[in-house]
Amino acid sequence: MKIIAVCGMGIGTSVLLKMNAEKVLRQLGIDATVDATSVAIARESRDAQIILTTPDLVDQLQGLPSEIVPIEHFFDLEEITEKLSASLL
Amino acid sequence: MGLPRLLSSFPALANAFGEDSIRVGAIALDREHAIEMAGELLVASGRSTPEYTESMLEAVATNGPYIVIAPGIALAHGRPSEAVLEIGLSLVTLAEPVVFGNAANDPVRLVIGLGAIDHDSHIEIMAELAGFLGAADSVNSVLNAVTEVDIRLLF
Repeated sequence: MKIIAVCGMGIGTSVLLKMNAEKVLRQLGIDATVDATSVAIARESRDAQIILTTPDLVDQLQGLPSEIVPIEHFFDLEEITEKLSASLL
Repeated sequence: MGLPRLLSSFPALANAFGEDSIRVGAIALDREHAIEMAGELLVASGRSTPEYTESMLEAVATNGPYIVIAPGIALAHGRPSEAVLEIGLSLVTLAEPVVFGNAANDPVRLVIGLGAIDHDSHIEIMAELAGFLGAADSVNSVLNAVTEVDIRLLF
């Protein structure tokens, strides 16, 4: 399963999101990789099951086949756990 | 200043914050001013050129206030480019919180500046940054710090 974490450039906030999402996935026992990427690249991709991103960027990612999961607080593992569980379990 | 510490909990962070990269209790007039200060500290510590500060401002102008990643915390950065001389971080605590326009996490009290040279080389730094900023204790200690040394002792 492919999950992508998306921010403007794909090098800053999305990397932090990727790390915390991977931590949560390990805890949930789910085998998935999370790639950090930019909005521009994400808009070209069709193979991600889930896109994790910030609410501000959701509009720019509409229309893709992936499920978009907005995360407000990138360090709140409970929020990430809750939202990923709702999508995956 | 306390006793010198032999072991660092966050060695990659300790290296990423160059000399003169940390400013405590700054007064920012608005979001752009706060980001500019984080950029200037990357320049002052020899990690980037002023052009990089411009790209940090452009990033927010283009993509909005998503850089406020947690309550009170903004991660300001631009695109990896030749304007980044070396991977680095900077840090500004704000005397007065500043509204960035992020509904969930405003207002901002801590701005972290990031300069990256590519997509991967700073991963270890980001892993430590996630651990550091993910702990409420360390964020509170940063916000309560009176001097740069108070903050460096946290790494």
